[in-house]
Amino acid sequence: MSRRPLIREVPPTSWFFRHPRYLRYMAREITCIFVGAYCVLLVVALQRLAAGPEAWAGFLQGLRSADSIVFHLLALAAALYHAGTWFNATQKAMPLQVGENFVPGNVISGAHYVVWVVLSLAILFFAGVF
Amino acid sequence: MKERTVQLEVLRYNPDTDTEAHFQRYEVVCQEEWVVLDALNKVKADIDPTLNYRWSCHMAVCGSCGMMINGEPKLSCHAFLRDYEGVIRVEPLTHFPVERDLVTAPDDFMEKLKRVKPYVIGKMKPIEEGEHRQTPAQLMKFRQYSMCINCMLCYAACPEYGLTPHFVGPAALTLAHRYNLDSRDEGRKERMEVVATKEGVWECTFVGACSEVCPAHVDPASALQQLKIVGSIDWIVEHLLPGGKS
Repeated sequence: MSRRPLIREVPPTSWFFRHPRYLRYMAREITCIFVGAYCVLLVVALQRLAAGPEAWAGFLQGLRSADSIVFHLLALAAALYHAGTWFNATQKAMPLQVGENFVPGNVISGAHYVVWVVLSLAILFFAGVF
Repeated sequence: MKERTVQLEVLRYNPDTDTEAHFQRYEVVCQEEWVVLDALNKVKADIDPTLNYRWSCHMAVCGSCGMMINGEPKLSCHAFLRDYEGVIRVEPLTHFPVERDLVTAPDDFMEKLKRVKPYVIGKMKPIEEGEHRQTPAQLMKFRQYSMCINCMLCYAACPEYGLTPHFVGPAALTLAHRYNLDSRDEGRKERMEVVATKEGVWECTFVGACSEVCPAHVDPASALQQLKIVGSIDWIVEHLLPGGKS
């Protein structure tokens, strides 16, 4: 009797089609592209602002285009989804033990959502929206 | 008791004669309340004695009977036939070399388990001086992570381990965390040399599949994320704070 184990390779580019949970993971990772692209947009905005009033006005005009609005909607959806997965992960990464028992995970994630909303409202307030 | 005929499609591989694995179909008369392992035992007893697989306790404690059942890593003693319709496809745990049929080689996992030193390291006092006492709160800190049964389902679920086999992996890292959290232990520094590395926790991208398939509800993904925080704090203390090493 010989020992000749069979190695079954993992397909390097299509493994995530093997199970829906892997597709969910890839969806979470892909949201980073939109978040990253929006960061680039912010850097471009700063550069345009520094270039003077005309450049800034042109940039703002560009933002009103249909392509730009579609991109912003996609980036917003991606950022919300990404943030949600991040806050849901906090209960795993930051368990809180009080006495013998641990604080329920949804309290930890919930607290993060509350802080997120409060900070978002504060930023909108300082930006003069209210 | 109600009977049901179940179609099992089992991956077969004989290292003495085969170069590839192939599926073999069995039609098995089963009791409605049976698990997949019962069906395999029936195949072995009545239909095909050459079928190979591991099992021992039949009660989700020993961790021996892990298999892919319809593509999902499961303990076959914990996979109830009533939860499946149609043909049930049974394969050896993915990401591990197949020795024969459903039997995989756990050597890599065993080596990684050894590497993280999954035991209490410390100045243990002589036995005549009494036990090392622990409060319930100290026990609860790591209790969940001590429930691992070494079934390796988490390794079969982890795509990171499948793609980069040098990854220490979920169960071994979770056990490292379990001993790091133990109030009697003094081996954290030794373990972190293995844990806080590229091959250790930093290979984990938090797919979370390990926790979804864990039959003992250990939640390895949480242990790994906590280890990332511990490793990061260690690095900051060592490299950025005055009095650190470099």
